[in-house]
Amino acid sequence: MADIETFYDVMRSQGITRRSFMKYCSLTASALGLGPAFVPQIAHAMETKPRTPVIWVHGLECTCCSESFIRSAHPLAKDVVLSMISLDYDDTLMAAAGHAAEAAFEETIQKYDGQYILAVEGNPPLNEDGMFCISGGKPFVEKLKHAAKGAKCIISWGACASYGCVQAAKPNPTQATPVHKVITDKPIIKVPGCPPIAEVMTGVITYMLTFDRMPELDRQGRPAMFYGQRIHDKCYRRPHFDAGQFVEEWDDDGARKGYCLYKMGCKGPTTYNACSTVRWNEGVSFPIQSGHGCIGCSEDGFWDQGTFYDRVTDLTQFGVEANADQIGLAAAGAVGTGVAAHAAITALKAAQSKAQKTPTEPTNEEA
Amino acid sequence: MVVQTPNGFNLDDSGKRIVVDPVTRIEGHMRCEVNVDDEGIIRNAVSTGTMWRGLEVILKGRDPRDAWAFTERICGVCTGTHALTSVRAVEDALGITIPDNANSIRNMMQLNLQIHDHVVHFYHLHALDWVNPVNALRADPKATSELQQTVSPSHPLSSPGYFRDVQNRLKQFVESGQLGLFKNGYWDNPAYKLPPEADLMATTHYLEALDLQKEIVKVHTIFGGKNPHPNWLVGGVPCPINVHSTGAVGAINMERLNLVSSIIDKCIEFNKNVYLPDVIAIGGFYKNWLYGGGLSSQACLAYGDIPENPNDFSPEQLYLPRGAIVNGDLSTVHDVDVRDPEQIQEFVDHSWYEYAEKGKGLHPWDGETEAKFELGPNLKGTRTNIKEIDEGAKYSWIKAPRWKGHAMEVGPLARYIVGYANGHEDISDQVNGLLRTMDLPVDALFSTLGRTAARALESEYCGRLQKYFFDKLVTNIKNGDESTANVAKWDPSTWPKEAKGVGMTEAPRGALGHWVKIDSGRIENYQCVVPTTWNGSPRDSQGNIGAFEASLMNTKMERPEEPVEILRTLHSFDPCLACSTHVMSPDGDELTTVKIR
Repeated sequence: MADIETFYDVMRSQGITRRSFMKYCSLTASALGLGPAFVPQIAHAMETKPRTPVIWVHGLECTCCSESFIRSAHPLAKDVVLSMISLDYDDTLMAAAGHAAEAAFEETIQKYDGQYILAVEGNPPLNEDGMFCISGGKPFVEKLKHAAKGAKCIISWGACASYGCVQAAKPNPTQATPVHKVITDKPIIKVPGCPPIAEVMTGVITYMLTFDRMPELDRQGRPAMFYGQRIHDKCYRRPHFDAGQFVEEWDDDGARKGYCLYKMGCKGPTTYNACSTVRWNEGVSFPIQSGHGCIGCSEDGFWDQGTFYDRVTDLTQFGVEANADQIGLAAAGAVGTGVAAHAAITALKAAQSKAQKTPTEPTNEEA
Repeated sequence: MVVQTPNGFNLDDSGKRIVVDPVTRIEGHMRCEVNVDDEGIIRNAVSTGTMWRGLEVILKGRDPRDAWAFTERICGVCTGTHALTSVRAVEDALGITIPDNANSIRNMMQLNLQIHDHVVHFYHLHALDWVNPVNALRADPKATSELQQTVSPSHPLSSPGYFRDVQNRLKQFVESGQLGLFKNGYWDNPAYKLPPEADLMATTHYLEALDLQKEIVKVHTIFGGKNPHPNWLVGGVPCPINVHSTGAVGAINMERLNLVSSIIDKCIEFNKNVYLPDVIAIGGFYKNWLYGGGLSSQACLAYGDIPENPNDFSPEQLYLPRGAIVNGDLSTVHDVDVRDPEQIQEFVDHSWYEYAEKGKGLHPWDGETEAKFELGPNLKGTRTNIKEIDEGAKYSWIKAPRWKGHAMEVGPLARYIVGYANGHEDISDQVNGLLRTMDLPVDALFSTLGRTAARALESEYCGRLQKYFFDKLVTNIKNGDESTANVAKWDPSTWPKEAKGVGMTEAPRGALGHWVKIDSGRIENYQCVVPTTWNGSPRDSQGNIGAFEASLMNTKMERPEEPVEILRTLHSFDPCLACSTHVMSPDGDELTTVKIR
C-alpha cells in the first residue's frame, strides 16, 4: 500500500488546514455517536491510514442508493469522493465510457488487488444466462464475480444488493439474487434500505476508514450501530402508542395531532433502521414524521408481507394482540407492557413470514 | 448498403463499427453501436437497452393502493414521478378527486423533482461532455472571477480567491495521480472547446450543485418523509396540515412551510444565478456544434402536467403543455388521447419480446408480452459475450412505442417545442429570450444543445411554478381549508368489482403513462410506457429508428475511438434505462394477452 496516499496527506495537499481537519474529525465522531475522547483517535487514524480505492458497480437497480449517497451532509459527498476514498470506477458518475471505462475497471482491480472495497448497488439476475442485465456485452454477474475476487470486502448497498428488493418480489421474473448468494467467500456488509440513509452510507465507509475494521455486524450482516434497534423503539410518536392514541383514518384529528400511525399499517415496530434517530436529508424528517407509516424498506422481503396499510399485529389467527386498541389500552394501564408487546411482535413477525410462505395471500398467488 | 428509413434517415452500416458499452453517466444500463465513414461521420446508429426487471409482472395481484411504492422503485433518479403517475392512475380508475391542498403539494413535489433532476443531470451527468476539469488547471482565477461576474453579476461566489481555492484543490487532486471519477476521460480531445476559465467556472459549479442538490430535495422530505423515494397516498398526500393547534409538530406547520419556502427561493436563485448563465455561457462556445437534433425537428410528444385543479387533466388546465407534432409541421399541434387504442402502440419486432401476431403494434391496455432473448445471425460474439450486435434482428430490452405510427421524441425539448408551437406564453417568452441572447435562429433548438438548453429553461420555469403553488397552498390554508386526503374510497369494499384507469405525468425525461386495471380489489394488469422507452426505442416493424438513434446520425466525431460526441448527444436526453425496460413473464406463459377494455 506504499503508493497510496493517506487520507490526511490528501486533505492537506488539497489545501485543507489542520484546524478544518480536526473539525472534520470531531464531526465524524459525533456522526458515529462517539464522544469527544475519540476525536484524537480518529485524527490519528486519518493521518496514517491510506486512501482506499473503491469500485462501485451497478446491477439491476434504480440508482436510488447513489442518489441517496450524494445527499450526505456530514461528510459531504464531494469530500468523500475528492478526499476520503478514491472512487476509481462508478458507471453512474465517471467521465469515461465504453472501453475506457472498462480499462479503468481492470486497472483498479489489478493495481489494488486485495486492497479495494467493492460497493455493489443492485443485484445480478440469473435467469436467461444473466442477460437480463448486460454490461460490456456480458452478463453483469460475471463482472460482479470478477470484481469480487480481489476485493478486501464488499458493501451491499440497499435492499437490492442485501436482499433482492423490488425486482426479487414475487414472482421474481429475472431471478434477481442478492450479492451474498452469489459471492460467498468475502466479508459482506449489508446496508439495507430503499435506499439507505445517506449519512448511514457515509458513516459505514467512514467507520471502516477510521477504525480500519469492519463494523460489528448483526446476524443478518448489518452494522449493529445503525440497524440494532427498531424504528418504533426510538420513534418520537412512541408515547402516543403507549397512550393508545392512534391515527384512525388519513387526515383525521389524530393525524393532525401527530398520533401513532400503527393502525395505518406502520411497520416501525418490526423494522430495524436508523430513520427515527438519524432521520433523512440532514435530519429534516422521516416517513412517520411526515404522516405516512414506515413501509419497512430495510427488512428482507418487505414487498411480500401483504399491503403496506395492514397493521402488523392484525394477525388474529395467532390469538395474540387482536387489535391495536387493546395494545394501547394495556400499555396505558401498566408500565412495561409496551416492552412485552414488542417482544411479542418480534416473535410474531418470524411466525408471520413463515406463515406467508404458504400461498394464503392473494398477492402471492403466482409464487 | 444504404437504406432509407420511413422517417427519413439514410442508414449505412459499411463503415467502421464503434461500440460503447457501458454508456456511463446515465441511470441504468445501455449500449450504443455506430458505424462511421472515412471522415468520422456517423452513418448508422444502434441503441440497446441492456437491463430488464419485470416490475409490471410483479405488480399483478397486489393492492392498487401499494402500486405507487413499487413503481416508484422503477427509478431512484426521477424518484416520485412514477409514484405520482401511479396514484393518478388508481384515482382515475376509482373516480377519486383529491383535495386542493394535495394537488398543490403534489405539484410542488413534482416541480421540485424537475428542478433537482435537471440540475443533477446537467452538472453531474452531462457537464463533463462539454467541460474539461483538467483544462481548468490552466485558468487564471482572476480572469475566471471576471468571467463569472460578467455572465452572472448577482452570484455571490465569484471572487478570485474563491476560484483559486477550488483550482488548488483540483490541482492537488489531479497531481495525486488518483483521478477517481475523472480517470481515463477524453481530456485532450479537440471536441472540448471551452477556454480554461470557463472550465474552471463550470467545474466549480459542479461542486456547488453537488452541495445544493441535497437541499433541493428537502421539499420531498418535508411532504413525503424522505428522498429518494418519498411516500405518497391514493386520495391525497400523507402529510396532514396543522398550522394552528396542539400537536402540529407531526404535521405541516409554520416551521415546515417556512423551510419549504426557503428551499423554493434557493432553487429560483440557483437557476437564475448559476444554471441558466452556465448553459448560455457554455453554449456560446459550442454555437457551431449544432448536431444531434434527430427527431426533434419532426416528431415531438408531450402529455402535459401540473394541473391547476385536482385531477383535471384537460390541456388548458395544465402548466406543462400537451400535444403532438408530426412531419415537422409546427403549425399544427395534435391532441393526444392516451386512452385511444389507435394512438399509442408498442412494437417489439426488434425488442427481446414476442407478440402472437408479428409486426403488430399494441396499445398498453391490450399489452401482450413474452420474453424472447435471441440474437440475429449477423451477431459478432456469443449469446453471453456480445461483440457487435445485429440490429437486423431483435437487439434491445426496450420496446418501440409509436404515436399513430410515428417514432417520437419526448422530454424537455419536446415539451418546449410543443409549447412554443402552441403559443404557450411563458415558454415562448423564455425560448425567444434565449435565442435572442445567444443570437441563434429557431432551428438551433433542434439540436443536442437545444435539448440541454430546454432543460435549463424548464428548471427556471418550474422554480416559478413551485412558488405559485406554495402561495396557492398558503392562501387555501388561510381560507380555512386544511384538508389533504379524500378517504371516501380508501376502503376497497367501496370499489366497483372492475375498474381501469390511466395516469399521466411529465417526468423530467418526458411523457410518462401508467395504465392500470383493477379486479376485485387487486391489480389485474399494470403497464408503464416511460420516456426512455420512447427516446431509446429500437427500430419498429416499418424500420423507423428511435430518437436516440436518429440524434446520432450524421454527427462528425473528432476521434472515432473516443465517443465524446456520442456521449454528449445521448446524455442530452438524460437516459434512464431502469425506467425504459418493459413487462414480460418469466416463461412467456403469463400475461400473453391482456385485455382491459
